[in-house]
Amino acid sequence: MRLEYFQLIDRIVDLDLAQQTIRTEARVPDASTIFEGHFPGHPLMPGVLLIEAMAQTSGWLVIAVTKFSRMPFFAALKEAKLRSFVPPGQDLSLSAKLLHEGSGYAVTKADICCEGKLTCNAEITFRLVEFPNAEFRANMEKMAAVLEFPMESLAHG
Amino acid sequence: MPSTFDTVANIISETCDIPRDTIKPESHAINDLGIDSLDFLDIAFAIDKAFGIKMPLEQWTQEVNDGKATTEQYFQLNNLCTRIDELVAAKGA
Repeated sequence: MRLEYFQLIDRIVDLDLAQQTIRTEARVPDASTIFEGHFPGHPLMPGVLLIEAMAQTSGWLVIAVTKFSRMPFFAALKEAKLRSFVPPGQDLSLSAKLLHEGSGYAVTKADICCEGKLTCNAEITFRLVEFPNAEFRANMEKMAAVLEFPMESLAHG
Repeated sequence: MPSTFDTVANIISETCDIPRDTIKPESHAINDLGIDSLDFLDIAFAIDKAFGIKMPLEQWTQEVNDGKATTEQYFQLNNLCTRIDELVAAKGA
């Protein structure tokens, strides 16, 4: 997790195109200026960033299902529940399932578990649009490599 | 079994908190009911699920943007319901 680059997940550990599911992992950094304000003397991972981590996990699933033909942009969040506090240094296990791939939109259900316990969950809607430009797409492909996105699975899915 | 219009009108009413009796077959989702594009995503999701279809919103939007179709053709509710019926029929064909 590199909070300063808004990279909220570390790696993709499983992508199942048949089941339309994905699992990712992330480790909350031990130190960040964010924890100086949130909160002084009682550092906690902000809930909005946990939601972003679920959105990024879901987003990579949508990119995979659409075979890198569309970029998902976060559009709506429903039934978000932040069930317990997440401290610095915490390992996160994230997962998402595609509920529906519509025309120009997609809906996922995502959650985060810490040490086997459900920590937060939400239903997320994305707008799907063509990649804005070649540079944008190239940067997403670079990020895919960083996250160990299984490109080869797209050929077989 | 409710009509396509009744199902769509109920979805719109519940999703957008619009009184059901103000939603008419001749209502235009955008111009008359004031539904914006984000709310329409929720409606589309509910319609897709209810009818087991995938409304081709990208294609419809492109046709409108290209001047090949009017918004009334796709977003006036009686026309929208006709499109839905066509998609359901095509699915079963």
